[in-house]
Amino acid sequence: MTAASKENNCKTGETQWDLWEVFTQPKTGAPHEHAGSLHAPDREMALQNARDVYSRRGEAVSIWVVPAREISATLPDDSGPFFEPGNDKVYRHPQFYSVPRGIKL
Amino acid sequence: MEASAIQKAISDLPKDCRTPLTALLLRLGDDRLILGHRLSEWCGHAPILEEDIALANIALDHIGQSEALLRLAGLVEGNGRSEDDLAFLRDAKDFRCCRMVQLPKGDFAFTILRQFLFSTYSACVWEQMQKSPWLPFAGIAQKSLKEAMYHVRHSQEWTLRLGDGIEESHNRAQEALSSLWPYTAELFRESEGTAELQKAGIACSLSAVIASWRERVEALLKEATLTIPEDDTALFLSNIPTAQHTEHLGHLLAEMQVLPRAHPGAQW
Repeated sequence: MTAASKENNCKTGETQWDLWEVFTQPKTGAPHEHAGSLHAPDREMALQNARDVYSRRGEAVSIWVVPAREISATLPDDSGPFFEPGNDKVYRHPQFYSVPRGIKL
Repeated sequence: MEASAIQKAISDLPKDCRTPLTALLLRLGDDRLILGHRLSEWCGHAPILEEDIALANIALDHIGQSEALLRLAGLVEGNGRSEDDLAFLRDAKDFRCCRMVQLPKGDFAFTILRQFLFSTYSACVWEQMQKSPWLPFAGIAQKSLKEAMYHVRHSQEWTLRLGDGIEESHNRAQEALSSLWPYTAELFRESEGTAELQKAGIACSLSAVIASWRERVEALLKEATLTIPEDDTALFLSNIPTAQHTEHLGHLLAEMQVLPRAHPGAQW
């Protein structure tokens, strides 16, 4: 155990461990999807906790855990500039192309 | 395995193997049933939510293993006793579990150290038993080994963090190890009739796994800065008669068995 993690977990008076976001892959080749979050003191324990909390009924073949503080997210205030400009530009959708027969969408 | 295939395998057993095999299956099953019950006592009481779920999962793994082992024990015995009869209608004196699993759950460090010592033993046992040419037993061993490997991983990681954590966690982990250590010798005690089972190639002797257990346990404990007690008091316990349990087993059974005994054949 590193001195830093001991320091981090034990000496700051924090009673909550770090928050981690959990992504599970339901089958090989499928994308990892957000399953939820949990608390854990470090990476290995986060993986173990994720295994017990989110895949104990065999829901996953692979698990990612990410420290929640490492995730960059858009803010609610950003929704106008970020997302609305896409709404009225139908030409960005591929419906103007004819799709060859036999291709499934 | 199909019920008919299991029956065939049982009828093919050498005659002098049935009693010792029943005894071995009961012993392996009882260890896991009692330890599973002890672990289940953490449900709703673990230090954090995630660990509560983890301990309950591991408790269920143990109870699941005991269900399979006791069912097979009942079939090999041939007196029509089901796994439920064996779990809930036997008295303490007929249980064959070791003393370590009977001890009260203690604090979190005690539970983790016991899980570490027992799960490592369990993994060593299943690694050997899965090679058994007697398929009903090998099947249980293969499934149980996967579970045991996870139990080892879980308890190892915690042992490292408690042992090599802060002063309080280190002291508690060391105290737990020192009080559990004398009970470890009993894990490797030979069951009666081991020679017959070995001769027939059905099961290895439990004492055969002691070297690999000791090696794994020593390495991890060293990394966790924990010290194995120097005077090897473990030896004295191996002289106590097999069926002499700790005073805790009767109380545990009273709680575990009360419902099936009060309402025989109850279903839900």
